[in-house]
Amino acid sequence: MTNLTDRQWLLDHSTPVLFAGLGVVLLLATAIGRALAWVHGNTPTIDNLNQRIDAWWFMVAAMGVAFIFGLTGLAILFAILSFWALREFLTLTPTRHADHSSLLLLFFIGLPVQYLLVWQQWYGLYSVFLPVYGFLVLAIAATLRGDTADFLQRVSFVQWGMMICIYFPSHVPALVTLPLASGRAADGLLLIAFLVIVVQGSDVLQYVFGKLFGRHPVSPRLSPSKTWEGLVGGIASATLLGTALWWITPFSMPAAAGMAFVICVTGFFGGLVLSAIKRDRGVKDWGRMIRGHGGILDRLDSVIFAAPVFLHLTRYWYTV
Amino acid sequence: MALIRDLAARATARLIAGFARLVTGVYGDWRGCQPALDQRVYFANHTSHGDFVLIWTVLSARARRQTRPVAAADYWNVPGLRRFIGAHVFRALLIDRRAGGGSAIAAMTDALAQSDSLIIFPEGTRNTGDTPLLPLRAGIHHLALAWPGVEFVPVWIDNISRVMPKGELLPVPLLCSVIFGQPISATPDEPREAFLQRAREALLRLKPGEGAA
Repeated sequence: MTNLTDRQWLLDHSTPVLFAGLGVVLLLATAIGRALAWVHGNTPTIDNLNQRIDAWWFMVAAMGVAFIFGLTGLAILFAILSFWALREFLTLTPTRHADHSSLLLLFFIGLPVQYLLVWQQWYGLYSVFLPVYGFLVLAIAATLRGDTADFLQRVSFVQWGMMICIYFPSHVPALVTLPLASGRAADGLLLIAFLVIVVQGSDVLQYVFGKLFGRHPVSPRLSPSKTWEGLVGGIASATLLGTALWWITPFSMPAAAGMAFVICVTGFFGGLVLSAIKRDRGVKDWGRMIRGHGGILDRLDSVIFAAPVFLHLTRYWYTV
Repeated sequence: MALIRDLAARATARLIAGFARLVTGVYGDWRGCQPALDQRVYFANHTSHGDFVLIWTVLSARARRQTRPVAAADYWNVPGLRRFIGAHVFRALLIDRRAGGGSAIAAMTDALAQSDSLIIFPEGTRNTGDTPLLPLRAGIHHLALAWPGVEFVPVWIDNISRVMPKGELLPVPLLCSVIFGQPISATPDEPREAFLQRAREALLRLKPGEGAA
């Protein structure tokens, strides 16, 4: 077989190959985690590691099911994730009785309409619906009940919830709707796989490098567990991982490396910004939705920042 | 007939608990004691009609069957679904609010004598203001003195007043939690005011964002 036919076979079967690869990685991780527990006993760190790995099986399975149903499956999956993220975010924000209608609007109109627009592939509207109309409506809704105590702070909290929990995550399913120059339908799905594998791989590898070699904290006040060793090792290795996945993307190999690097860096800052909000609210985790990881937002923080940047870079250079 | 009613009550119980979990994501945070089938009086802060449903939801199915919320008769003793739910699903201990505190204490004493557990709201009424907790009524002191063997468990219900503020039609699906503290008990030589103060502090200590985390 020539290299060319190899690549063609991989392209035709890239989604099953990717998920099989993830399965192998998870099997290895599960084996290593259980072996560590067997050798060292169940220390809190090892317990948490195994809980995290077990949760990954569920998360990969959920993505797999969503992939089978394409854009519809992904829009539904991310709408549900947005709903959970939004309730975690707003639970920790000090809204008042007067904000009740703003919260209702966000949960029951803003969220479903945004995902409906993505599902309709209506780029012109889904990209402005929340940042323009949502922003204005929430500001107006906050004035209607005449409560001016902490006004700017309260409106900002709700508007941040809208951007962080609905608008940015909705860019992940939106990747499927890009009119890619390659013209192959599966390429949109594979863009999501590329983004999620690189950004989550970067998180996991930062964690691994941090646990193995971490000495110097990046920002002790924001996030004591993030170290320079973890950051550099994680981002470098996740960029390599993304480069190695260039064959599933419309990018050339150097471009895939560049994209992966941008995804890793924006993802890292996503984690840092959401940590800052957690410190401000006086909590360690956003919730207790995913065993070992904390809340949905603890897992989604890096995707939230990376997804819109990745979408717009791809849209600028690789669509017709 | 009784069997059918019993099955219907159990199914309704699961339905209500499932709905409460869906809307509020409620979870029990057993901070000062463990879930157990011991006879207990859960005393909680009261900000919404949904309060005892949340406590009841995070108890195990067996604990639910032996735990009776103390509720107002004029609300629950209305013919139809409400009476069925009050009497057979929650097995609520209905208190006639016009009959005065003495008869309420007597009814609770009867229930405790049948080794049931209770859910009570010692503020006596719903707190709809800005203060975190109203002054506690004396009734809880009478009960605690009369039943030294029963664990009095402080329970803080967090966030439910934001889910459904007074006068709103639709709930916002924010997360609620039910935090269980360390049981307290009364001794005969402790003055009533001191006990009520202690009970009050036990509740406020559980409030997120205050006291020891």
